[in-house]
Amino acid sequence: MLIRTLAAFLLCSASAHAQTEIQWWHSMGGALGERVNELAGKFNAGQKDYKLVPVYKGQYPESMTAAIAAFRAGNAPHILQVFEVGTATMMAAKGAIVPVAKVMADAKEPFDPKAYLPTVAGYYTDLKGNMLSFPFNSSSALFYTNDDVLKKAGIAAPKTWKELVAAGEKLKASGQQCVYTTAWPSWVHIENFSAWHNVPIGTKQNGMGGFDTQFTINSPLHVRHVAMLGDMAKKGLFTYAGRTNQGDAKFTSGECPFFTGSASAQAAIKKSAKFQWTAHFLPYHDDVKGAPQNSIIGGASLWVMGGKKPVDYKGVAKFFAFLSQPEVQMDFHTSTGYVPITLAAYEMTRKSGFYEKNPGAEITIRELTNKTPTANSKGLRFGNFVQGREVIEEEMEAVFAGRKEAKAALDDAVKRGNEILRKFEATARN
Amino acid sequence: MVENRPGLTALAHAVLIAGVLLVAFPIYVTFVASTLTLEEIMSVPMPLLPGDQLVVNYSQVLKAGTTGGSQASVALMLFNSTVMALGIAFGKIAISIIASFAIVYFRFPLRNFFFWMIFVTLMLPVEVRIIPTFKVVSDLGILNSYVGLTLPLIASATATFLFRQFFLTVPEELAEAARIDGAGPMRFFLDVLLPLSKTSIAALFVIQFIYGWNQYLWPLLVTGDESMYTVVIGIKRMITGGDAANEWHLVMATAMLALLPPALVVILMQKWFVKGLVETEK
Amino acid sequence: MEKRVVFRSAWLPYALLAPQIAVTIVFFFLPATQAAWYSFQLQDAFGLSTQFVGLQNFEALFASPQYLQSFRTTAIFSILVAGCGIAISLLLATMADRVLRGALAYKTLLIWPYAVAPAVAGVLWAFMFAPSIGIVTYFLRRFGVDWNWIIHGDQAMLLIVVASVWKQISYNFLFFLAGLQSIPRSLIEAAAIDGAGPARRFWTIVFPLLSPTTFFLLVVNIVYAFFDTFGVIDATTQGGPATDTQILVYKVYYDGVKAADLGGSSAQSVILMFIVIVLTALQFRFVEKKVQY
Repeated sequence: MLIRTLAAFLLCSASAHAQTEIQWWHSMGGALGERVNELAGKFNAGQKDYKLVPVYKGQYPESMTAAIAAFRAGNAPHILQVFEVGTATMMAAKGAIVPVAKVMADAKEPFDPKAYLPTVAGYYTDLKGNMLSFPFNSSSALFYTNDDVLKKAGIAAPKTWKELVAAGEKLKASGQQCVYTTAWPSWVHIENFSAWHNVPIGTKQNGMGGFDTQFTINSPLHVRHVAMLGDMAKKGLFTYAGRTNQGDAKFTSGECPFFTGSASAQAAIKKSAKFQWTAHFLPYHDDVKGAPQNSIIGGASLWVMGGKKPVDYKGVAKFFAFLSQPEVQMDFHTSTGYVPITLAAYEMTRKSGFYEKNPGAEITIRELTNKTPTANSKGLRFGNFVQGREVIEEEMEAVFAGRKEAKAALDDAVKRGNEILRKFEATARN
Repeated sequence: MVENRPGLTALAHAVLIAGVLLVAFPIYVTFVASTLTLEEIMSVPMPLLPGDQLVVNYSQVLKAGTTGGSQASVALMLFNSTVMALGIAFGKIAISIIASFAIVYFRFPLRNFFFWMIFVTLMLPVEVRIIPTFKVVSDLGILNSYVGLTLPLIASATATFLFRQFFLTVPEELAEAARIDGAGPMRFFLDVLLPLSKTSIAALFVIQFIYGWNQYLWPLLVTGDESMYTVVIGIKRMITGGDAANEWHLVMATAMLALLPPALVVILMQKWFVKGLVETEK
Repeated sequence: MEKRVVFRSAWLPYALLAPQIAVTIVFFFLPATQAAWYSFQLQDAFGLSTQFVGLQNFEALFASPQYLQSFRTTAIFSILVAGCGIAISLLLATMADRVLRGALAYKTLLIWPYAVAPAVAGVLWAFMFAPSIGIVTYFLRRFGVDWNWIIHGDQAMLLIVVASVWKQISYNFLFFLAGLQSIPRSLIEAAAIDGAGPARRFWTIVFPLLSPTTFFLLVVNIVYAFFDTFGVIDATTQGGPATDTQILVYKVYYDGVKAADLGGSSAQSVILMFIVIVLTALQFRFVEKKVQY
């Protein structure tokens, strides 16, 4: 046993580097993982000083845990892909991370924050305008309709929630089992919902202005919306599918004709759906002033971990500069369904006529840039929001199952969510 | 059986057959699902007779996992599981048998203390110390390695106790004869004790192999790289989202591959298995 | 019990014990003390800022309705798993003890689920009970049952209980069979001569004589439900819906790994340790007689 251990140690430490290796931990599996490998391959082929090594580390929570553990043990990767809900946690980890603005400045790589799409970059920028992490794969929430089913029933695609409920009742009466389902319930029905209707999710500009933020998701509008969903569930108009993207499959298989989910679901829908479908803006309540405002992003960004050598950071900066090139952006955007992060890339894609051939590809960007973002719709930044989101979803599930009233559930969500925020505040202030 | 009651005997057979069917039904469904195409499974209800995709599905997962989610090759996962199970089984037996030998056949200061130290570990299943154990493993730099997978799991009180029980039943005369012959303790251990312990070792091997193969929480924490997945957690990682998007035919094929080796061990080594179970608890 | 003939050596026993003790200290005691240490701290995910907060984590736990609910969930889950597991296995073992022909075949066919990992068992049953495509779901729908365990907590609980019990049947069955076969035939025959029927014989003689085995299996099954079923839950419900299947050990994992709340998770670990100690002490005090020192 002892000899085996020794041997393992010796073998592990015997490795030689010719180039500077940059470790990139990501959570893009399957086809998306292939895109990542292509990007790395292109970058590596274009220069000789650095070798970018992407490693798939499992889904976002797992790779974040692994990176935290690695950091504590002193061997974190250079670049870590962290989902948007982990932003506050990463931001507060001064010393564990290096802001992107600093990395680019130190390496003297040209970097203009204004070149990036405001809704996308704003999520990952601090109040002083410094970009903290590099936006990589950003999507937003869309509303998908199964047009074959709608045509057969003679219904037009609904634009408001009122219309959706009415259309749903008609479909249900004609024998449709499942009418509407959703993925990412909190992201769609609380976070994006709030931005889309220009109401706050939390105080202090949804947390961007300070750690002492509090949740405000138990406002009358939120309660009314969640109560509506609970009512729909009771009537069989809303079939709950789970907390992540389990709803995607219910739409793609044709089971549910109405679906709200991530823009990144389009890739799978395009591949497997055997019916005509369209992606639309999210439905809204037309009696709310200012709605629809704009949606907020989901997805992930790339964080640079601390404790590395300056030569490593030069390589990271070079990679980010490479990623910002319009051609690279356009390629990634058109092949994955994620939004392009620079205005130049957006322009280039538009000029190439891609959007005429694929109208669904542009709708995400148009939804994100529907109106100039307000303090309520720039994004959000809550500490330990992984836990926070789960709490919100637990309470929502209780409403969908008919076990709790919407007001009580959202009040509890605010109470429990605030406890988590206060705990984070206590650790962040140190 | 005391009196002849054919009615009752028939009832007994009926109950037992029902039990066997209940126990076997999930496995049958799994096997059938692993021989169908995804479309056949998605068409509710799924057919209950095996299909024709056996070779296709199994070769797909063995080579490259699923096509949409995790693409780690199940063949590699099976290899990792085997290394882990064998490592744990052999490791546990090796260090427990010598520790037990020391406790039983020697007198030395701190003997009681060490015995209790081992005993206390019974009260610390890995689930109550996962985060700190993970940190220790991470600090030692053995995450994502065979060492990290097996080493933390090889200290066990049950194995030590099993051997202790057994050693206590070995006749004193044998040790006495060895002493008279001038043989040292290690000679006694290797020439006398070890051969006598063969049945206990076999029994323990079966139980520990299954225990090691079926580990879930520990490999889940310790492996992040796809190349280190064991087959039991590989299945979990294939289930990416929603019961309609999973490639169930491939997941089920992997499940069959995951349960076949330990099931074979149980059935083929049934005698040792039963002995091992009963001995380690009583 | 002690050996009369022993060896003496100044260094050999220590050398023989060394590997086991080393692994025990590094991977058991060190982490356990660290868990206790963390439970008194409040730290951020990266460990960059830690502050000593005394019993605050414990207070927060016991003030949290979710944690107390977790106790309740674990209790219900263990009682169901232990109860159903023991009842079904006892029935099967009694029947197997009864038949002469095919006993070995039945035994072989009933014991192999022990080889199935809990997580795999979970996946199999989740597949059969899948809301959209499960074969059992299909039949349930035919009988008018609205089966969707993603939203109905009691259905989710049923799913994990079924998967967990299914796996344990073989283990319980073996012990009951061994216990039944160790009951002296003379006792049964005497009662039969006195005119007692099979049912009466079972309840007045067999069942009481089986009570040590039953009690032993009760403790083992409860410990199994507390800890080994982690795989079942992680592979199926992941503690949901809401927190309806979040047993104590799952919450420790979730809070520590997914939510990076190390203080809270460690505090829960400490509490779980106490529970295990009590359960193990019970097991040894009343059932085992091998700790003689």
